[in-house]
Order: sequence, then C-alpha cells, then structure tokens
Amino acid sequence: MSAVIENHHDDHHHGPAKGITRWLYTTNHKDIGTLYLWFSFAMFLIGGAMAMVIRAELFQPGMQIVEPEFYNQMITLHGLIMIFGGVMPAFVGLANWLVPMMIGAPDMALPRMNNLSFWILPFAFFVLLSSLFMEGGAPNFGWTFYAPLSTTYAPPSVTFFIFSVHIMGASSIMGAINVVVTIMNMRAPGVSLMKMPLFVWSWLITAYLLIAVMPVLAGAVTMMLMDIHFGTSFFNAAGGGDPVLFQHIFWFFGHPEVYIMILPAFGIVSHIIETFSRKQLFGYSSMVWAMLSIAILSFVVWAHHMFTVGMPLAAEIFFMWATMLIAVPTGVKVFNWVATMFRGSITFETPMLFAVAFVVLFTIGGLSGLMLAIVPADFQYHDTYFVVAHFHYVLVPGAIFSIMAAVYYWIPKWCGNMYDERLGKLHFWLSFVGVNVTFFPQHFIGLAGMPRRYPDYALQFADWNMVSSVGAFLFGFSQLLFLFIVIKTVMGGKKATGQVWEGAKGLEWTVASPAPYHTFTTPPKID
Amino acid sequence: MNKGAKETLTKLIIAVPLMFAFGFALVPLYDVFCQVTGLNGKVFQSEHSDELVREDGRQLSLQFISTNNENMPWTFEPSEQVMDIQTGKYHTATFYVKNTTNKTMTAQAVPSVAPSNAAEHLKKLECFCFEQQELKPGEEALLPVKLLVSDDLPSNIKNIILSYTIFDITEYEDDQTLAHHQMEME
Repeated sequence: MSAVIENHHDDHHHGPAKGITRWLYTTNHKDIGTLYLWFSFAMFLIGGAMAMVIRAELFQPGMQIVEPEFYNQMITLHGLIMIFGGVMPAFVGLANWLVPMMIGAPDMALPRMNNLSFWILPFAFFVLLSSLFMEGGAPNFGWTFYAPLSTTYAPPSVTFFIFSVHIMGASSIMGAINVVVTIMNMRAPGVSLMKMPLFVWSWLITAYLLIAVMPVLAGAVTMMLMDIHFGTSFFNAAGGGDPVLFQHIFWFFGHPEVYIMILPAFGIVSHIIETFSRKQLFGYSSMVWAMLSIAILSFVVWAHHMFTVGMPLAAEIFFMWATMLIAVPTGVKVFNWVATMFRGSITFETPMLFAVAFVVLFTIGGLSGLMLAIVPADFQYHDTYFVVAHFHYVLVPGAIFSIMAAVYYWIPKWCGNMYDERLGKLHFWLSFVGVNVTFFPQHFIGLAGMPRRYPDYALQFADWNMVSSVGAFLFGFSQLLFLFIVIKTVMGGKKATGQVWEGAKGLEWTVASPAPYHTFTTPPKID
Repeated sequence: MNKGAKETLTKLIIAVPLMFAFGFALVPLYDVFCQVTGLNGKVFQSEHSDELVREDGRQLSLQFISTNNENMPWTFEPSEQVMDIQTGKYHTATFYVKNTTNKTMTAQAVPSVAPSNAAEHLKKLECFCFEQQELKPGEEALLPVKLLVSDDLPSNIKNIILSYTIFDITEYEDDQTLAHHQMEME
C-alpha cells in the first residue's frame, strides 16, 4: 500500500519536511528510529533520577529523605520506566534505524503503523508519570505488580497504570509486527535468512517473543482492571480466585520479557566484536541457534521467579533444570565472542570497550542467575539484594551497555560525525567503575540477608550500602556526560567516512555517512 | 505492500488476539491443572464412596488452622486444634464462628491443605467452605466439615494441616461469587 506510493516518490529523492511536522507525520524509518532513541534517552534520565532518589535514601540506615510511601512509588516507577521506557524503546529505535539498512530495504514494511507505534508511547508515559501527582500517589506495588498488592491494596492511580501498560503493549506489539513483516518480506535479493546480520536475527526472534507475550501482559492487567472495577475475582481468594495465578500469568510474560531485553544486545555485541577484532565472527550459525533455543526455553522457565510460593518438588526441579539449561546456549554465545576476539587485531575504541565489558559483566550476571536457579539456595536469596544485583548486572552492564555501545558504533552513520573518542572513553570508564561499585556490593548485602524493596535496613548493611550509593551517583552523573557527547556529535565533529570503522562489514556501511534520508530505494547487489 | 508481506501481517495480527485469549485461558487451565494434581492445596467436593472406607487405616494427626482475612472481624476458630484420625474413615470436625459486628454479614471460607501432595487424598463429603455463611449480628454457629483421608496417602505423611481463611464477602454480588465456586466444585 503506502510503501508502493512512497517508492514512487523516492525517485525525486526529496529530503525531510521542515519543522515539527517532520517528526509528527514522519513515516521514515530513520526519523522514527531517532525519535525512539531520544525518547528512550529521556526516559533513561527520568528513571535514573528515580534511582538516584532510591540510592540517596539508602545511603544511610534510617529514614532521611523521602517517606516510605514515596520510596515505594520510586522503586515501582524506576522499574517500569527503565524497562518499558528505557531499554525496550531504545532497541526498537535501533531496529528502526538499522534493520532496513542491514537487509537492503528502503524502509520498514508498515511505515504509518511505525509512526503510530512511536507516537502513542509518550502518552503512555505521560499517563504513568502523571499518577505521581494524583491523590494516593503513583503505583507503589513494585514493577511486578503482584495481586493483591496491585488490586485490593492499590492506590486509585492503578487504573491509570493499567491504561498506560495497555498503550505500551500496543506500541510494542505494533513495533514487533513491523519488524517481522519487514524482515520476512523486504530483504534484498541474496540476503537469505542465514546470511542476515545477527542484529537482524536477534530482532526477528525478539519480535516474535514480543508478539507472543505482550498480549498476555495485556490480559493480566485487564484481569486486574476487572477485579478492581467490575467485581470479578481472578486474583481474589474470597471470590474463588487465586493470587498465585497472577504470578504465573505475570511471569509467563515476564520471563520472555527479560530475553526481549537482552537478545538485541547479543546481536549488537556480535557486530561490534567482529568489527574491532577485524576477523569474521566465530560460529555465526551457532549464534543463531543459540538465540533461538534461548527464546524457546524462555517459555518454560517462568516459575523460577516464584520458587517460594509453595510449589511441589517435581515442579521446582523441572523449572530449576530448564533454567540451568539456558546456560548452555548462553555459554555458546560467550564462547563465540571470546573466540572471535582470539588472535584478532583488536583495537579498543569506545564501542569495543562497552562490548567487551558487556561480555564480562553480563557473564557475571548470568552466573548469579545460575545461583538463583538452584532451588534450595533460592529460598535464601529470594527477594534479597542478591536478586537486585543479579538483574541489574544483566540489565545495566548488559542491555544498557550494549545500547551505549550501539550508539557509539553507529552514531557516525546516523549523523555523519565522529564522536569525541577521548570523552567516549572517559564515559566508558566512569560507567564501568560506577556500575561495578554500585551493584557488586549488592551481592554481599543480599547474601547477608538484606531484603529488597525496603526504604530502610539493619545497621550491619550500612557500609556496603554507602559504597553502592556512591557508585550509583558516579554512574548516574556520568550519563550526563553521555548526553553531552551525543549532542556534541550531532552538532559537529570530525566527518565520518562511509565505512566509518576499518573492520566494519555489512550493508549499512556501504552508504554514505550520514545515511541519506532514503537508502536502498533500489535493492543493493549482494555478491 | 507485496502479497507475502500481507500474508505475514495477517498471520501476526491474528496471533495477537489469540495470545490475549491465551492469557485468559490460563485461568481455567490453572484451575483444572490444580484440581487434577492438587498442587495448590485446594480441596474440592467429592462423592461418598464405599471403596475408600476401610477398617485397618493408619493413624494420622489432622491439625486445623483458622485465619481471618484482613478486615474480617468475626470470631473464627476450630473446635479442636488437633484430631487423631484414621485413613479410610469418615470424620467430622467443626469450626466455631460468630458474627461479632452489629450488621448482617456474609462470609466465605477458603481452604488450603499442607503438605500440598496430601490435598488430592483428602476427600471432603461436606464442607462449610462449599457455601457462604450469612450471620445476623451476634449470631454464632458451628460449621461442620466431613472428610476422609484415603489410604493411598503417601506413607511419609504423618501429619496433615487443614487451614481455612475466612473472607468478608458481604459486598460481593452473591450470585457471581457462588457461580465461581460452583464452577470450581464441578
């Protein structure tokens, strides 16, 4: 439909429209990618500010800065905003920018839906954030919104929360559908499935996961809505429902969701390590199969989040082994990254630094995940700071480092200018030190028994909490440097060549930098 | 858009409501799964059966726990804390309940069995938890539960705990909650 009409227009090679309407009405995948990335950056800073509030309160034992009620709202919104507003839109933005260029397509398959899926997102987060100013405050039940905390005991603003989750879900589903249709149907002749760049592969799998689980999340919040307002009893024991059922439905969505937040990172890191090792990626097809098996396994491990609800032994053992099985394909990937670097002529530009840090630190997060998978040990670790340390290790130096690596790696292609390498390296080292100082001590206090989600703690946890807070402030404020570097690069800087990086391979590097507004209006020739 | 793209799009658009429906289908699936396996410790009504009755049953102790859900002011406690029972024999236990408020209220008790793998061997012929209790101000009652523990209970279980949580459901529409409970019992 619209793609055909646009192809016709492309013959004139018109540039973008001028003014604000360019961004409001745009159907260009590069514009929409940029919108997604800036939106995600804004959410990253807002969610980060909330993390600063949390760490400031935890700097010392006792209550100093905020009320416990507000603290609960902060941890809830921090989680929701970072997941649904930070990481996921950033990956969708990268997919928008890169997938069409990597497969030699002129644009996404459904450009108008693409516009819609972005522009409903700001409204979702406006609704969510506005709940901070409502009577009773913002949602305060944690990002996992377990019933009955989020139903019977929820503040009135929970209805707005439900509405905003519906919008976020709709946005993600539309984005995912767009990616699948694009990848399955718009590859340039010669780009067969097993020749696709790994980032495209990782997004194809991620998109299928999104389409499978986001509707289940929508179902879960719809049930909450019905319990709260329409007198049903899905999760209310008095009416014959079961609160544990909520946890099953939630984690049926929630576990694939954590792979939604890491698979695209696998794709990004594979490209960067390949480029800066100046070698061919080791084990391409095993990378694809590893991602596929991780995605499939993600549907049968959800109950490892709820070992302590009182499951029978057989179920606990099943979910324990299924979870540990995921370490096998993940191990294959880590092995392949290391093998790619082995005897490569490596240089450590900023993207490579972030990518190597990703491999090391993500592996630490994976290892603590394995510890949590052990049922008897999990009874000790459950809901402690050890869990907080675990998922922050896989999400911050995992997902977020990969996004930062991707920005440094592809920004010369996006805006035609090289970023300031010296500042980029400074940003890396500040973030690297900050992240580890923040989250590594949380392993210790978690193992020592400090529970998560409390605004106060026993005195014996004071020292490591202070260290953790110092690290958090360092990491948090370093991101302002990141913002500065990005703005500086957009404004100007050394001009980038088309290929940008000596070892860069792939279709996106064959076009000029900055990438023209319309690329591959005629399919490229693949040898 | 080419034909292939339309086809992919159609398939994916169909997948979305299907997965939405699957989320809701998890609710009855969960109930059926728990009923078949007894995993969540819920006990459902069973018919009287002579096959289960036997004279040479094992000795067990059956312990009762009563809990008031938040905002439930009634007095609710088992008449006996512990009962010595035999497998393969019907026993009746009672719970004392009193409406301590000055308004008529309706209550619903929700049972749970520990250890959970004992649940499927616990057969309830009658239970107050299968219906709702409406008590006038100050009214009191003895609520019976008639049950049998079948002899194929795993031999390592020497002690079963039957707990009830009582909920205030005065404000619920009665037919709705009843319907839900009846559905579960079938």
